[in-house]
Amino acid sequence: MHLVYPAVLSSLLFCTGLYGVLARRNAILVLMSVELMLNAVNLNLVAFDVWLRDTLHAGQALTLFVIAVAAAEIGIGLAIVLAVYRGRGTSDIDKLRDAAEPRDPHDDPYDPSDTAAVADAADATDEKAEATA
Amino acid sequence: MTTTTLAVLVPLLPFLGAVAGLLLGRTVPGLVRPLAVLPTLAALVLAVVVAVDQGGGNGNGTAALNTHTQLTPTGSVPIELALHIDGFAALVAVLVGVVATCVQIYSTGYLRDDPRYPSYAALVSLFTSAMLLVVYSGDLIVLLVGWEVMGICSYFLVGHYWETPEARAASLKAFVVTKLGDVPFLIGLFALAADAGSFRITTVLGKAASSGGLDHPTLIALLLLAGVAGKSAQFPLHTWLPDAMAGPTPVSALIHAATMVAAGVYFIARLLPVFAASQAALIVLAVMAAVTMAGSALAALAQDDIKRVLAYSTVGQLGYMTGALAVGDRDAAVFHLLTHGGFKALLFLAAGVIIHAAGTNSLSAMSRMKDLRDRVPDAFWTMTVALLALAAIPPFSGFFSKEAVLGAAEHTATGDQHGVPAVTGWIVLVAGLLTALLTAAYATRLWLLAFNGRGGEAPDHGRQPVVMNVVLWVLAIPSLALGLVTGVLPDWFDGRSLTPALTTSVLGTGVALVGGLVTYGAWRHTTAMAAIGAASGATPDATPDAVPDADPGRLLLGPLYRHAAVGFHLDGAYAALFVRPVRAAASLVQFLDRAVVDTYVRAAAETPKALGWAVRRAQTGNVQTYLSALLAGTVVLVVAVVLVATAGA
Repeated sequence: MHLVYPAVLSSLLFCTGLYGVLARRNAILVLMSVELMLNAVNLNLVAFDVWLRDTLHAGQALTLFVIAVAAAEIGIGLAIVLAVYRGRGTSDIDKLRDAAEPRDPHDDPYDPSDTAAVADAADATDEKAEATA
Repeated sequence: MTTTTLAVLVPLLPFLGAVAGLLLGRTVPGLVRPLAVLPTLAALVLAVVVAVDQGGGNGNGTAALNTHTQLTPTGSVPIELALHIDGFAALVAVLVGVVATCVQIYSTGYLRDDPRYPSYAALVSLFTSAMLLVVYSGDLIVLLVGWEVMGICSYFLVGHYWETPEARAASLKAFVVTKLGDVPFLIGLFALAADAGSFRITTVLGKAASSGGLDHPTLIALLLLAGVAGKSAQFPLHTWLPDAMAGPTPVSALIHAATMVAAGVYFIARLLPVFAASQAALIVLAVMAAVTMAGSALAALAQDDIKRVLAYSTVGQLGYMTGALAVGDRDAAVFHLLTHGGFKALLFLAAGVIIHAAGTNSLSAMSRMKDLRDRVPDAFWTMTVALLALAAIPPFSGFFSKEAVLGAAEHTATGDQHGVPAVTGWIVLVAGLLTALLTAAYATRLWLLAFNGRGGEAPDHGRQPVVMNVVLWVLAIPSLALGLVTGVLPDWFDGRSLTPALTTSVLGTGVALVGGLVTYGAWRHTTAMAAIGAASGATPDATPDAVPDADPGRLLLGPLYRHAAVGFHLDGAYAALFVRPVRAAASLVQFLDRAVVDTYVRAAAETPKALGWAVRRAQTGNVQTYLSALLAGTVVLVVAVVLVATAGA
């Protein structure tokens, strides 16, 4: 079998997984897409192992490793998604934005009242210094 | 103990007293008074012992005490802890001890209810110690240490009542104005040391007397004069002294009459050969003295505050001393310093009692009080003695010392004094006689207004503490009797005769009597007018201003009165010349700082802030966005690596 078939198939699988990771909203579907990408890699590993006629079969061994790691990863990932869903009633990634930079009204450089407040504070400290002097 | 040990203890004891007073003042209040009085008293006793040990100083052949020790090498020109005690130093130290002891004892009564008395007493002790250091020191840098310690103590003591804005302003003014003179003074000391190769006074004097002399005598003398003018309140740096009366009255007596302002005069007297090496410096000194004494006497005639009258009279009497130095006679200058220290301290302390009794500083208010003299009989009699001494009426002490000054001036004017230009003699003589007239006039005015008032009863503030009155009588002794020592004093000094000469005695006493009588006549006239005015102005709508007061100064000075009352607008001129330009420069600097420099600083802060804001906007919290950016970055990197690899191949 020519190498191009498994290579094309694995790249198609990888791109599908990539699309799923970047575009899906449901966390479970995102995890499934990650699995797709891992399996695309596995396919590549096995195909190249055969094509290179590796006597040690390092590609196959690594595939087994990846499957084991993927199983562990999906287990933890699903547990997290379950916990998040229980806590918040949703598993929609778009709504899970706790890591976003909070909107601080004092920090906006384009807010004109902000700089005035800073200048006022400076003046006030100056006056205080003069009064004590 | 050797004389040297005793002499070292003289400045050291008040210093230790000051340190102990500052440390223990709060914790052991019972020790404050002994710690204030006893070290000063001990220093006085030791100063007397040192003076007796020194015998007659130079005049009768006793060599001046000269010892020195070097603590550590200090570079090219060595600085040594040196003592140089001649007759001048010994007697001035006794004067300082007497006045300081009297002031400390008086203060225990005067400031008995003051919450800040411990720090006050400690500062007075420190001040005394600094003045004694100046007097005894034989090294110019060590002398400068005492000189500057006095400056800072004066600042603290004038600002003793720092709750009042006047005291704060006066203390700052005293400090800044004297510092203004101290900067050229320091440079002058360095120049002197560079020329003489030593800071030791004996070496400097030896170099000045040697055939080569100093290299830059005029420059050095003028630089040193600036510091002396600041410390001794000579024109044009005298403006701090009248304002310094915002301090407690004993402080005025100690600092601003008898000791600190005497330091400048004493300094010139010590280094007179250096000044005499430059005729220009002597002429400048004479003009300075003449302007100071005549101007201050006019200003004293127009003051309403009793302490300001005394302050201006201090300025004027210091003018006499610098005048005597300008004609090259330090014997007369230091003699006047001694007598003036005695009677001026007495005047201030008596004024403190009077102010206490009258409840006011104002002479015109006192002139509306009847029987003030019966309330304070001790102050009345001692003040009368001191005023007679001030006005140089024989046989009080001021007469002898002032005649010595005038005699020295006359001596120089007739060309008998070698190496001193005759013109300085004339300047000092004419100004001195004019000032003698004015001095008698304002002394008479002060006495008449304070003790011969008409009007309501003086308020009764109860008896004064006994210590205050005792001190007054103790200080009255030198005012009465210091004239007797004119025969002995030349032995302590350079050996010139201090006995009054006939011409100047007659002239000086004559003008003094004229001044006193004219003032008395003017006072009779003004009181009569005031009585008429009060009678006619008894209608209810008459304002107090409409009633002419009994001040004879207003009649005597005429149109000059208004200007003399504000010290001839010198403060205003300084404000226009120095204060306003400095303020304008300060506001310019403020503008440059706020509008120009701060712009860069703000921009330096705003730019990273804006950048940070832009970066923070990327933190949406959406993991998929991050991953997209990661993918895009990876693609870009891979493309770049491929391109580089193919280009290299």
